[in-house]
Amino acid sequence: MSAPVVEVQGVTKAFGGVVANRNVSLKVAEGSITGLIGPNGSGKTTLFNSIVGQHPVDAGSIRFSGEEISRLSVQQIARLGMLRTFQQTRIFSKMDCVRNLLISLSHRGSEWGDMFRRYDAQDMERADRLLEFVGLYSKRLQIAGSLSFGQQKLLEFAMALMNEPRVLLLDEPTAGINPTLINGLIDRLKRANAEFGITLFVIEHNMRVIMNLASHIYCMSRGELLAEGPPARIQDDQRVIDAYLGAH
Amino acid sequence: MSALTSSFAMTRRSLALHLALLAAGVAAPFVFPGHTIQIAIFWVFVLFALTWDIMGGQMGYNSLGNILFFGLGMYVCAVAQIAIVYDVAQYTAANGAVRVDFSPKEYFQGLALGIVLSALVPVLFAVVLSWVLFGLRGPYYAIGTLGVAIAAAELTNSWNYVGGGMGIAMPVFPGGPGMRERFFYAACMLATVLCYLFLRWLYSKRFSLAVNAIRDDEDKAEALGLHTSRYKMVAWAVSAFFLGIAGALFGNMTGFIEPMETAFPTLTFGIFMVAMTLLGGKGTLWGPIVGSTLFYALREVTWTYLLGWQYVALGVLIIINVVYFQQGIMGWLRQRRPQWFASRAETPASKALETGGKA
Repeated sequence: MSAPVVEVQGVTKAFGGVVANRNVSLKVAEGSITGLIGPNGSGKTTLFNSIVGQHPVDAGSIRFSGEEISRLSVQQIARLGMLRTFQQTRIFSKMDCVRNLLISLSHRGSEWGDMFRRYDAQDMERADRLLEFVGLYSKRLQIAGSLSFGQQKLLEFAMALMNEPRVLLLDEPTAGINPTLINGLIDRLKRANAEFGITLFVIEHNMRVIMNLASHIYCMSRGELLAEGPPARIQDDQRVIDAYLGAH
Repeated sequence: MSALTSSFAMTRRSLALHLALLAAGVAAPFVFPGHTIQIAIFWVFVLFALTWDIMGGQMGYNSLGNILFFGLGMYVCAVAQIAIVYDVAQYTAANGAVRVDFSPKEYFQGLALGIVLSALVPVLFAVVLSWVLFGLRGPYYAIGTLGVAIAAAELTNSWNYVGGGMGIAMPVFPGGPGMRERFFYAACMLATVLCYLFLRWLYSKRFSLAVNAIRDDEDKAEALGLHTSRYKMVAWAVSAFFLGIAGALFGNMTGFIEPMETAFPTLTFGIFMVAMTLLGGKGTLWGPIVGSTLFYALREVTWTYLLGWQYVALGVLIIINVVYFQQGIMGWLRQRRPQWFASRAETPASKALETGGKA
């Protein structure tokens, strides 16, 4: 395993009396595709929220390429190069696709004066190219809210790529998408990883997808880390099977 | 009006329309010399709606307290004008009983200084207040800003240095009869035209897309790393800048200022700003202009023919607007006549940029 780009160490997060994450530690290797699975309510999204700074953690540390980020805001972490997509797809539904991409340009190192600049031809071309990459080029001037749910997911993915993150956290990228579109999406996720060098950390319920996609998988159950390893080992792990079938 | 397809440059037809309106504005005080002040107030109304829409329309933050900057500009200008030749506390304590003669030079120097300060001080307030208030969203933000405006009115009302509830009699304009009206008419119109041109320029920049993104989904904008608080601060500061100048001009045009009815009238001007923008269609550059024109005309008609019931009539208008006609006039036109608004929609994005830059 190469050097970890995301390092979660002993993270605990409780909402009132409910402990959503208890002493969770994991590592995401630079350039890898890492999976995070677990039954509903096992604390996967909470962990994502903690990593991207949505809420403070109660205990533990989160590092992004060696830097402690558990006290930073969502915006600061995004500007460092770690981005997330939402389980409930979130796009700017009243803007067309091109504008959705333009506003997603990385704001790393953006200055006050930038708000009084126009977008240049280079930005436009990148927006067009990424829309082509996700297969939405023909819909580039359509209002994003008029796209189908699956297309909105693709748009959100293109927006994330536009931001040029080092790490992308995807929360159930294939949920609610039809099977044909899923294969295309897996292919694009792999290409984003291979061609753009973006590290992916993926929450996924679809076992076929995650086993096919990830090189290393963590499984959570009831807020704790249950198992980890390569897909083949996770698949055969009795604890994982029990957790999904409710034997716990 | 967007960062992509609109630009500061105009087509020939649009330029002709702008020049015609400008000519009408210049001619108005000569055609209707008895109504110069009324038409000047109309320009101030347009400015109200334009500045309210920056936040309420483009950014989705409905401020009910923007009138704060108007009153602030009015008072800052008055104090600066007096302070340049006289002791402010004595001047206000005398309640207009002291006859202070401002030489034309003193008057115009004071006015110039006053206008500059009346633009800068509200900007400062907007910056400081945005730290406190932009943690609030939706209705909480609206009520928070309303609270600040009401507090400002009450504080001014009990602050004797600036005349308290008795107000301030403004320095007398040195020119001959009719000059005062024309001077402030020109100043109000100029301020509004500059405000329009500035916003037209601003909305053709990245600023436009960013504040629209904040309106559509602020959490997503944050998740993308957008400096949301930076944009919100600038948006409010721009409103404050122009509203402050408008306040300075309005105070001098009226000749007498006091906190509740003239400087911080939350229930009249403060609400008119919102009503005019909603009527014309928020989130568009021309919506506030169309809305304020229609609103102003309706206001004049109701004040003339329905005196005593004028606020009821305006209230009914606002209710109809909000319940049945939320998109406003420009929003409705956009639905009915999309081709009027579709600019270069068929070209790829990169082409749209090129033509947008040159057209």
